[in-house]
Amino acid sequence: MAVNVTINGVERSIDTDPETPLLWVLRDELKMTGTKFGCGIAQCGACTVHLDGYPTRSCQTYLSDVEGASITTIEGVEGKAAEAVRAAWRELDVPQCGYCQSGQILAATALLTETPKPSDEDIDAAMDGNVCRCATYVRIRAAIHRAAETMEG
Amino acid sequence: MLHLLDKPLAAAKPSRRSFLKLSAGAAGGLLIGLNMPYGSGAAKAAEGTAEFAQPFVHIRPDNKVVVISKHLDKGQGAATGLATLVADELDADRAQVEVEFAPSNPEVYKNLLFGLQGTGGSTAIANSFLQYREAGAAAKAMLVAAAAKQWEVDPASVTVEKGMVKHGSGKQATFGELAGAAALQDVPEKPKLKSPDEWVYIGKSFPRVDTKMKTVGAPSTYGMDVQHENMLVAVLARPPKFGSVPKTFDASEAKKVKGVIDVISVPSGVAVLAESTWPAIKARDLVEVEWDESAAETRSSSEMLADLKSMTGEPGLEAHVHGDAEAGLANAAKIVEADYTFPFLAHAPMEPLDATILFDGKSATVWTGSQLQTIDHNVTAGVLGLSPENVKIETLWAGGSFGRRAQPDSHPVAEAAHLAKAWADAGNAPRPIKVVWTREDDIKGGYYRPMVAHKVRVGLDADGNPLGWHHRVASKSILIGSPFEQFLVKEGVDETTAEGVTDMTYTVPGIRVEVHNAKTAVPVLWWRSVGHTHTAYVMETMIDRLAREAGKDPVDYRMALLKDDPRKLGVLKLAAEKAGWGDPLPQGRYRGVAVQKSFNTYVAEVAEISFREDGTVKVEKVTCAADCGIPVNPDNIRAQVEGAVGYGLGAILRNEITLTDGEVDQANFDTYLPIRISDMPQVEVHIVPSTEAPTGIGEPGTPPVGPAVANAIAAAKGEWVSELPLSKHGLA
Repeated sequence: MAVNVTINGVERSIDTDPETPLLWVLRDELKMTGTKFGCGIAQCGACTVHLDGYPTRSCQTYLSDVEGASITTIEGVEGKAAEAVRAAWRELDVPQCGYCQSGQILAATALLTETPKPSDEDIDAAMDGNVCRCATYVRIRAAIHRAAETMEG
Repeated sequence: MLHLLDKPLAAAKPSRRSFLKLSAGAAGGLLIGLNMPYGSGAAKAAEGTAEFAQPFVHIRPDNKVVVISKHLDKGQGAATGLATLVADELDADRAQVEVEFAPSNPEVYKNLLFGLQGTGGSTAIANSFLQYREAGAAAKAMLVAAAAKQWEVDPASVTVEKGMVKHGSGKQATFGELAGAAALQDVPEKPKLKSPDEWVYIGKSFPRVDTKMKTVGAPSTYGMDVQHENMLVAVLARPPKFGSVPKTFDASEAKKVKGVIDVISVPSGVAVLAESTWPAIKARDLVEVEWDESAAETRSSSEMLADLKSMTGEPGLEAHVHGDAEAGLANAAKIVEADYTFPFLAHAPMEPLDATILFDGKSATVWTGSQLQTIDHNVTAGVLGLSPENVKIETLWAGGSFGRRAQPDSHPVAEAAHLAKAWADAGNAPRPIKVVWTREDDIKGGYYRPMVAHKVRVGLDADGNPLGWHHRVASKSILIGSPFEQFLVKEGVDETTAEGVTDMTYTVPGIRVEVHNAKTAVPVLWWRSVGHTHTAYVMETMIDRLAREAGKDPVDYRMALLKDDPRKLGVLKLAAEKAGWGDPLPQGRYRGVAVQKSFNTYVAEVAEISFREDGTVKVEKVTCAADCGIPVNPDNIRAQVEGAVGYGLGAILRNEITLTDGEVDQANFDTYLPIRISDMPQVEVHIVPSTEAPTGIGEPGTPPVGPAVANAIAAAKGEWVSELPLSKHGLA
């Protein structure tokens, strides 16, 4: 039975094993490889997507869970917060290896959409699930504050 | 990684002969064809082509300047660094510069310090500084010559600025417009280089070349992203104990999973081949394998550690002797002794290992974040019985490495090649095969920072000055048995085992350093800053212990003993000054300092800590000073030190790989706990201005953070932690 889901604004009917994690549907079926495989157990956040606007770990979300839902990935995320986040990420050259940054950007975008002026504690709470082994955390924090400033202006 | 940099550059440059020997070692006698050309690394423009294509710089008709990076970029910024060098001498506009990775061709693209194509040891900029500037300068001279010819003017009257070639007459042209004509000019043998005061990017600003693509989820960035028509994905059932190999297996359940195509045994495990990744992961857990464990490591890590500790009680191999350490100890007014232990550490780069291969019976292509291309190349050729000119290595961006992708045995690529061979031998039509390591495969897969024990005895005179320093280190050697052994192991002593101790520059009249080489089937590997990961911790906490015995301030005590090391002294002073060392601290805050030279770069760090209510340490701020010679790309230097502080801190807080009866206890990020944003201190990085040749910055920020934090803990509690990680003591 095919699952109907909207991905980056495009309605799709996906006919594969419904117990397949959304992560692998995106990467292997749809060849959208911006969403990354980091741990497979929702401990690192590299696979973060927005599920009806909420940051969600696609490695622990099954295709059968997303019938009728709207998914946004790094390839499709847009809007005021996303634009501010991307611009701040580029201004501060946040990424090093970059492998976790799709997830970081989606988590930061969700944070700023909900909380346009986050404190350091808000940032810790929202971003603690997103691991960066290069430890670019100093710049992630600075870039979130920077994005918040630009959204105000 | 490698430590050839500790020697003068000329002496470190391996000859052609040593390169051939090295390749032979790496590939187990795979010398066939090495004298043959490797292919099209150095493309030469033919008459009439519109593209300028020199080995390190391409200029395309669309006005793009493409810098060909011989180095892997795994986040450390090598690609941007090389682009900075070329763009400066070429006077290119930042916006027109892109980077592509070089093909595998050791003749053209070797690391000048290794003699083979590869990245590591914080050498990318150090070995490329002249080469890539000369490439940019040569390209500029050729553009100028082409313009002068076209405009019928004196080349000396042609100028280049921000990507435009200009003449006083008002004539101007873009690089792209001149590319074809420039390609036909003679390549200058010794192009004139700018003087440092003419640099426009070096030492100033040149934003990363890879940021944009890493903020949009661009396709085909990393090895893990490789997607080919008709591709199979392989996930392997791997041995639970190191040193065991598959004996028999039952794949009947695995083969029932929809999408599984075949299950094949290779030397490193039993591979499930499937149409996509998820069925391969699922079915891998259903393969039942009987392992031959006759050569397996069956000890627990606690037993291994006890063995290392008992080794440090016995005389070892002589690694360094200066003066008479025993006499210094015999004459001492006071002796300070300490034992230290360090656990195995996994690198855990964000992108787990992967390699994709296509083998058609006559030739093979490998796509991966290749860090030692020449070894990957020769190993692929060897496994598949191909001559090297029929093998291509396509290097992709890597999602971190920290040493993990620099494998002297190329084991992930070897595994892919074995699989491709088995697939072909079974009579199948060629299909691309991507081998995917899961996080569990990564954490349990070995190639760890070795487990290490140190025993140190230092004798002090009545004023607290060291007279004799006796130091033993026991650990499995990283290099013995690898192709690098012939360069970096002398009389049984692997120079990485006690680096940072053997080259100490504290004034001590008598020093004796000994090492023991432990044996285990657990594979070990360089981990960001290699031996310095543990030697800096021991050296710098020992110095703090001695300062306390001497009743001196830790910074003053170091400065007095570092008279002969002005650059170490320089970073120490700068970090102390910027951190406000000596200024009163708020209630509940404590400071510690450490300084270490690694990879010819000097870094000092001051950590400021507090304690949470549960007694765990919160590192509030780390103030760093780095001297890496001419700072080519200052913002990347700051970024690397920030990241290195986080990487080193994460490990000392709570990382350890342990084994129970030979099996690894940790599996994923729920049991091998990575540093997170809430753990991360503020980091301030100060760069020492310098005119010395540039040295590395990928690793040297890592070693000082552990001992700086340990010294801050000792400032609070009076005791130094000598058994890592800190979580063993309720401190993390």
